[in-house]
Amino acid sequence: MKNEWPLWEVFIRGQHGLSHRHVGSLHAPDAEMAVKNARDVYTRRNEGVSIWVVEARHITATNPGDKGPMFEPSESKIYRHPTFFDIPDDVGAM
Amino acid sequence: MATKDHSADLFEFLLRMGDNTLILGHRVSEWCGHAPVLEEDIALANTALDLIGQTQLWLGLAGEVEGQGRSADDLAFLRDAWDFRNVLLVELPNGDFGQTLMRQFLFDAWQELMLDALKGSSDARVAEIAAKAAKEVAYHVERSGDTVIGLGDGTEESHARMQAALDYLYPYVGEMFESDAVDAAMAQAGIAPDPASLRDAYDAKLAAVMGEATLSTPDDRFTHNGGRTGRMHTEHLGHILTSMQWLQRAYPGASW
Repeated sequence: MKNEWPLWEVFIRGQHGLSHRHVGSLHAPDAEMAVKNARDVYTRRNEGVSIWVVEARHITATNPGDKGPMFEPSESKIYRHPTFFDIPDDVGAM
Repeated sequence: MATKDHSADLFEFLLRMGDNTLILGHRVSEWCGHAPVLEEDIALANTALDLIGQTQLWLGLAGEVEGQGRSADDLAFLRDAWDFRNVLLVELPNGDFGQTLMRQFLFDAWQELMLDALKGSSDARVAEIAAKAAKEVAYHVERSGDTVIGLGDGTEESHARMQAALDYLYPYVGEMFESDAVDAAMAQAGIAPDPASLRDAYDAKLAAVMGEATLSTPDDRFTHNGGRTGRMHTEHLGHILTSMQWLQRAYPGASW
C-alpha cells in the first residue's frame, strides 16, 4: 500500500513583473493542499505574490548524461549573445 | 445613554476575545515538532503564531481599556485560571491530529463570523483589530475546513476518528453563542454583535462542511459552559497555564 503523498515542485513569484522561480518541493495529497502547504512553508516571510505547484512526476527533465550533446554545442557561439546593445536602465529586469 | 461608561464590559469582552486566541494559540503550538508531516507542522505553527499575534492586540487593548497599567504580557502571564475568559472548547486537549483540526475548524468558523461582524464595530480600535485578524482567519478556516473534509471523507479509520472528534467537541460549541449582560452591553453600544445572532450562519457553515466530510453533527444542543463567564474552567486550563506561565512565575519580570 502506498502511503506517501505525492511530491510537488513549488514555484513562487517574488514580486509583480518577475517570473516564478523554483523554490523547493513538498508533499501534499492534492493540488489545492499543495498550494496551501506552499503558502505555509515558503511564503511565511512575505516572499511571494503568486504560487504555482506542479506534481514532480509531470516534469520531464534532461538527462545529466546527455549534457555533452545537449549543451556543449552552444558554448562556442558567442555571436548568439546580444552583448552589443546598451540596455537603458528604465527597462528594468530582463 | 450614549455617554454611559461601558469600559468594564468592554474590558471583559476584550478578555474573552484575547483569551480565546491565547489559549488556542498555546494549544496549537504544542504540535510544533510533533505533527504527522513537516508541511502540517509548519502550517500549525503558523496558525498558532497568528493566534498569539491576535492575542497581543486584544489583550493589549484590554489593558489599555482597563487603565491599570497592565500590558498584554501581564494579562497573559500573571493571571490565574479563574481570571481567564476563554470558551472551554479552546482549552480542551489536542487529542490526535484529527481532533485538533476538528477543534480548529469549530473555532475558526465561529471566529470568522465574529470578526466579520466586528469589522463594523462602533469602536474603531476593535474594528481595526478585527480587519487585520479576519484575513488570517479566512485562511485558517479554509485550511481547517478542507482538512476536516479530507479526513472525514477519507479512509475508514480517518472517518471514524473525525466522527469521534466531532462527537467529543460538539457539546462545547454552544458556549460560543451564549449571551449575558456583557454581550448585551456590547450589542447595545454597537461594539460587538450578540453572539446568539451568529448561530444560524454558523450552523449553515457547519452543515455544509460536515456534509462534504460525510460526518454527522449530533442532534443534542446541550453545551458545557462557564469558561467565557469565568464561572468555571475544565481541569485542563490549569495545566496549560503551568507550562505557559512557568517562566514568568519562576523568574518574575524576565524579558529578552
